Amino acid sequence: MIAEIGLAALWLAAALAVLQMVSGGFALRSAAGEVNPLSIYARPAAVVQAFLAVLAFMMLLWAFAVSDLSIKLVANNSHSMKPFIYKLSGTWGNHEGSMLLWVGVLALSGGLLAAFERRLPERTMGATLAVQGFVALGFYAFLLLSSNPFERLPVPAIEGVGLNPLLQDIGLAIHPPTLYAGYVGLSVAFSLAMGALLTNQVNPAFARVMRPWVLGAWVLLTLGITAGSYWAYYELGWGGWWFWDPVENASLMPWLAATALMHSVAVLAARDALRTWTIMLGVLAFSMSMLGTFLVRSGVLTSVHAFAVDPERGAFILGLLGLYIGGAFTIFALRAGAVAEGKRFAVSSREGALVFNNVMLSAILAIVLLGTLYPLVTEAFDVRVSVGPPYFNPAAAIFAIPMFLVMAVGPLLRWKEDKPARLQFEVSLIAAVLISAIALVSFVGDIPFLPLLGLGLAAALAVAAVLPLRGRKLARVPVATWGMVLAHFGVAVSLFGMACEGAFTQERLAAVAPGGTEQVGDFSVTLQSVSPVAGPNWTAIEARMAVSRAGGEPVMLAPQARNFWSPAQATSESALLTRWDGQLYVVMGNQAEDGRWQIRVWWKPFVTFIWYGGILIALGGMLAVAGRVRVDVKRRAAVKMGDARRADLEALNPAPVPAE
Amino acid sequence: MIRALFAVILALVAVPLAAQDTMPPAPYAYNQLDDPRLEAEAAALMHTLRCLKCQSQSIADSDAPMAGDMRHQVRSRIQAGESPEAIRAWLIARYGDYVSYNPTVSASTWPLFAIPVLLILIVAAVLLRRLGKRRSDTEDAA
Repeated sequence: MIAEIGLAALWLAAALAVLQMVSGGFALRSAAGEVNPLSIYARPAAVVQAFLAVLAFMMLLWAFAVSDLSIKLVANNSHSMKPFIYKLSGTWGNHEGSMLLWVGVLALSGGLLAAFERRLPERTMGATLAVQGFVALGFYAFLLLSSNPFERLPVPAIEGVGLNPLLQDIGLAIHPPTLYAGYVGLSVAFSLAMGALLTNQVNPAFARVMRPWVLGAWVLLTLGITAGSYWAYYELGWGGWWFWDPVENASLMPWLAATALMHSVAVLAARDALRTWTIMLGVLAFSMSMLGTFLVRSGVLTSVHAFAVDPERGAFILGLLGLYIGGAFTIFALRAGAVAEGKRFAVSSREGALVFNNVMLSAILAIVLLGTLYPLVTEAFDVRVSVGPPYFNPAAAIFAIPMFLVMAVGPLLRWKEDKPARLQFEVSLIAAVLISAIALVSFVGDIPFLPLLGLGLAAALAVAAVLPLRGRKLARVPVATWGMVLAHFGVAVSLFGMACEGAFTQERLAAVAPGGTEQVGDFSVTLQSVSPVAGPNWTAIEARMAVSRAGGEPVMLAPQARNFWSPAQATSESALLTRWDGQLYVVMGNQAEDGRWQIRVWWKPFVTFIWYGGILIALGGMLAVAGRVRVDVKRRAAVKMGDARRADLEALNPAPVPAE
Repeated sequence: MIRALFAVILALVAVPLAAQDTMPPAPYAYNQLDDPRLEAEAAALMHTLRCLKCQSQSIADSDAPMAGDMRHQVRSRIQAGESPEAIRAWLIARYGDYVSYNPTVSASTWPLFAIPVLLILIVAAVLLRRLGKRRSDTEDAA
């Protein structure tokens, strides 16, 4: 029954998406100020559709929780002996389940928009909901026609196949849902942008409606990417935290677009400038989300994350992608001319700096897009090339370095127009920090160019991030400004971690007999014993290693080489020793013929700062959302009070009846 | 000359070693070179070579046996005094461009380099148009 309820809910949700689309479309045909009688169904349809889509997802979650092996998806991806948490997270550890999660979040965000957003004109809202329904419909069709998650087996399986052991980790419970929520949150930004474009309502009021969605999606994307990077770092067993893997790039591209969009929306809300930019970035951001979904889900890439290989599905998503992105850019091309240009500003103004950085972010996005898609294009012509870090790092740095420099100064500039001379002190302070940090670090040792520059920029950005607070009463600084300061500081922290990891990592690979000691940095690692251990669905060889820093008190670490038996696969479980100034990363390898054990040890100074920075950036985003919402609630309360007072006054002094 | 000879001998020794399919065919798969400078050279090179049996991983990030063999090749050739770029060229000759993460300008990769140059021009044009025009406008207004 469970599966049938889920399937029925999905079909009904698809039908409601049609209703939402058509009814929302009728709103466009109503004259200003009037309500078309057919347009009133869009909001309820969106809300009920959200309920049904979430219900369908819950049903699948339930089927995985109880390991209902008569459902094909559960039988293929779960196992009765798997720990409960991985049974649950396994729901989206496969193609159909993750697409259902995607659609569920899409419908949920559409429902929230429909239920709570009352500030926009009804026509714009109708158009927005119509677009949202249209997008949802495509993905319902994809699920129902080519990847039905609720398909039953003719005969229930006796036992499930199990989940890829690399995915049997708490990371799977956090990373995909956060990332998907971010991807899909951008769908609302997309629909709002299209709605505003269709009804010619690109103005600050619209930007204020769009801003929390963009910020929220951006926060979730930031957290999702941070979590994914840390997961890959500790799970894959070689200490790498970013591989420029196409799947990672697929999550980075929407983030880059969303970062640009967020800044652009802020300018539109505050200054009524950058109207077409904001619309274009809104379309771009969700296009990148869909492109990412296509890359991962279609199986065009064969990489660690891509667990779906099915050309039919690929063609379906590619069709959807062409329809939505092509359609959106066509509407953009046709309507953008009608959007009046916003307010003007000088080069040396905060808007000017933001425009510069949005262009830089877009250029980095273009580089990542090129490097990700190019190998796929040549592969179609039977030429296989690889594009990796030696290409991405310098190519992205060309645009990232000027961006960071402008980012240091931008928040100090005034809106509209500013005199650079006013910032003489700040600019020379930032430049001094930059130059002295680089000089100091290059004095310490021979460090590659990019990490060296990264360290200098990190120091300069950290100082620059707090400069906007200079000379202000800290208690009176708006919450959103604190958010900006925190997020910009987070960028500096993250950059510092990346540069340190690149410049100072120490590696030791060795074959060690029990009792033997290896030295890495100022740590000595002693292999004390090796023993077999067993878990719920794996067996492992566990090493016990005593790690002591500079002769201090030893700490025990226990890395494992695990063998899962369903599906049969070996993984290495790294052991981490976290200190404030870095992480010691220990991995257990195979036994050599002479009886010694292979171990791999890395000391990675300040590597944790990469993810601390990511968390700070996300926290900054959250503060910005909280600050904006608080101001908005206050403003609404004030307007309400003003209205009530006016009504009272009118009731006391009735207006004179105009003479006939 | 002696170095080259040594490399040939080492390669001859390495080939039969790699041909045995049992556990330690490749001593340098999981062991570092003694000279830290050479090891750093090898590590930098290994991070830019693709593991052909894996999915988007470099040979420095993989447990696959083939990645181990390739690491051994890289380390022993570096040990023998070959330059990293010579080793890369040797691997490309053997496995094709696909093995190197560091694309170089060639008939099949020129767009990877032409497009960023074009991009810089586009970025400059967009910035001049959006920001350059503003200045003259404000000057007109003033």
